[in-house]
Amino acid sequence: MSTKLVIGLDGQSSGERALEFGAKLAEQIGSCELLVVYVIEWSPYSFQTAEENAQRHKRREEEISTARERVVDPAVAQLEAAGLTVTGMVRHGDVADTLNSVAKKEGAAQIVVARSTDKSLSKRIFGSSTATLVMEATVPVTVVS
Amino acid sequence: MTSYLKTAAFAALSAMATPAFAQEAMSLDQKVNEAFAAATGPFVSLIFAPFPGTSFPWIVMWLVVAATIFTLYFGFVQFRFFGHSIGLVKGDYSDPNDAGEVSHFQALATALSGTVGLGNIAGVAVAVGIGGPGATFWMILAGLLGMASKFTECTLGVKYRNEYPDGTVSGGPMYYISKGFDELGLPGGKILAILFSVFCILGALGGGNMFQANQAHAQISSITGDYPGWITGIVFAAIVFAVIVGGVKSIAKVTEKIVPFMGIMYVGAALVILLVNYNMIGWAFGQIFAGAFTGLGVAGGFVGALIQGFKRAAFSNEAGVGSAAIAHSAVKTKEPITEGFVSLLEPLIDTVVICTMTALVIIISQQLIVDEATGNYMLNEAGSAIATVDGNTGVALTSAAFASGISWFPFVLAIAVVLFAFSTMISWSYYGLKAWTYLFGEGKTIELVFKIIFCVFIVIGAAASLGPVIDFSDAAIFAMAVVNIFCLYFLMKLVKTELASYSERLASGEIKKFEH
Repeated sequence: MSTKLVIGLDGQSSGERALEFGAKLAEQIGSCELLVVYVIEWSPYSFQTAEENAQRHKRREEEISTARERVVDPAVAQLEAAGLTVTGMVRHGDVADTLNSVAKKEGAAQIVVARSTDKSLSKRIFGSSTATLVMEATVPVTVVS
Repeated sequence: MTSYLKTAAFAALSAMATPAFAQEAMSLDQKVNEAFAAATGPFVSLIFAPFPGTSFPWIVMWLVVAATIFTLYFGFVQFRFFGHSIGLVKGDYSDPNDAGEVSHFQALATALSGTVGLGNIAGVAVAVGIGGPGATFWMILAGLLGMASKFTECTLGVKYRNEYPDGTVSGGPMYYISKGFDELGLPGGKILAILFSVFCILGALGGGNMFQANQAHAQISSITGDYPGWITGIVFAAIVFAVIVGGVKSIAKVTEKIVPFMGIMYVGAALVILLVNYNMIGWAFGQIFAGAFTGLGVAGGFVGALIQGFKRAAFSNEAGVGSAAIAHSAVKTKEPITEGFVSLLEPLIDTVVICTMTALVIIISQQLIVDEATGNYMLNEAGSAIATVDGNTGVALTSAAFASGISWFPFVLAIAVVLFAFSTMISWSYYGLKAWTYLFGEGKTIELVFKIIFCVFIVIGAAASLGPVIDFSDAAIFAMAVVNIFCLYFLMKLVKTELASYSERLASGEIKKFEH
C-alpha cells in the first residue's frame, strides 16, 4: 500500500514551498500518493443577506472553479510532470480543521504545509491557520519554513 | 452614492439654517401624512374590521386559530422536535461535503435579521402601552403557537422553491401556492399566488419600510431635537439606494455584522436590568398574569390586552405571514422539512425571548402609571392607552424604560434602532423584490423600478406620523397572512407527509448525525 501525503496550498509563495517539499518527500518515499488541497476559508456561522444566500450556490461553484484553475490544477500538473501520482481537491471550511479532517478521512501519513508569510494584525491576534493546525492536528504535520 | 449623500446633507443643513423653510417642511410632513391616511384608510378598515357586535378584529383570530390548528395538526411539533432543531442549527446533520453552501444557521440568522428589530423594541412598547402587562402573556402564547405556523410555511418554501440553471434560487409563498395547488389538482393557485405577491409588495413598503423609517426618525429626533421627517427619509433612502441599486455591498456587510452584535447587546442590557431588579421579576410576572385575564383597567379590558399581545407578536415574528419562507428557501438541504424545524426557533427567539425581555424591562421600570387606590393602570387623557411617566409611547417608552436602569443606554438604543431599521429594510426590499419579479418577471429594468419605489416610500414613511403608518404596516402584513394561511390549510397535508416520512427515518437511524 502506498503512503498518502496531504499538501496544503494557500495560493501564495508559501504554498509553493510546501509543494516542493512534498514532492521531494514523495520521491524519497517511493510509492507515494499526493493529495493537494486548497481550502477556501468559510464559516457556516457567518451572517449574510437574503440576496447573498440566494446566490450562494452559484458563488460557491465559482469559488471552487477559480481555486481549481488558479491554484490546484497548476500544482497537480507540476507534480504529474515530475512523475508523481496526484489528486487535487478544493474544500470550504476552516483551513486547519478541514486539512486535518481530509487527512484523517484519506488515511494520510502526514500533512505538509508552509509557514505563512502573512504578518497582518489579525494573524498576530488570532494566530495563523498553520499554528492552529500544528496545535490541533491528529495527524503528523510538517511545517516548511 | 456620494452625490445622493451630498444632496441630502445640503438639504439637512439648509433646513436647519432657515426656520421658515423648516416650517414649510413641517407642513409638507402634514400633507404627506393626510394624503397617506386618506389613501390607505379603507384597506386598513377592511383588514381590522371587528367581528359584528364586538371590538375583536377578525384578523387577529385568523392568525391565532391558524397557529393553533397547525400546532394540533402536527402534534405539537415545536416541542417534540425542539432538540432536533437545535441539532440542525449546530450543523450536526449537515453533510461536510456541502460546506460552503448556505447553512441552516445562516438561513435562520438571515430570517431573524429581517424580523428582530423595531417590532421587538417599539412594537412591544405599543402592545404594553395600550394593552398593559397582560398583553405580554398573550404575546408569549402567540409566539409559542406561531412556531408551528413558521414550521409549515418554511418547509413548503424550501420544497417548492425555484432553482435556476445558474445556481440561484427563488422561493416563498407565491411559489409554493402555485406549485402546491397544481400538485394537489386544486384550481386558483396562480391567482392566489398573484394576490399574495401584491400584498407582499405592500407589506414590504409598509412594515418592512415605512414603519422602520418612521421609528428610526422618531429615535434620531428624540436625541437631536425635532426636525422634519423627510430629511431622515432622504438620508435613509440614499443609503438603501446605494446598497440595493448601487450594489454597495460593503454597507450591507457591515450592517449584517453589527446587527447580531446589537441584538446580543440589547438582550444583555435587558438581562442586566432584570438581574439588578431581580426582586421585582416575580411581581412583574404577577402583573402579566393578572393583566392577561383582567386587563388591570386597560382600554378594552382583557380583550384589549389579548388583541394587543396577539397583534404585536404576529407583527414581530411574522409567523403565518409568509415572509420567512422567502428568506429560508435558500438553504442547502435534501430534506425541506429540516428548514421547517430550524425556522420554528424564530418566533421563540424573537417573541418568547426578546419581546418578553423588552416587556419585562418596561413593566419593571414602572413607566406605566398605576392608580394607587385601585391597583389598576391609569389611562391617558384620550383613554386610548396607559398614561406613562413622561407621556412616551412606542420606541421612546422602551428607551425611557432602559434609561431608568442604564442611563446612557438610549444612545446605544438609538444606534441599534437605526441599524435594525436598516437591516429590516434591506431584508424586506428583497422579499418585496421577489414578489415583484414573480408578478412582472425577472429583469434589470423591472427590478430597478421596484427598488426606486421602495426608496420613495422610505421618505414617505419617515415624514408621516406613527398612527397611519403603523395601521397601514399592520394591515399590509396581515393581508399577506390572509392569503398565505388560507393556502396553508390546503397545503399542510403535504407537510404532514414529509413529517411522517422524516420522523420514521430519524427514528430508524437512517437519518443520522455526520461526523465532523
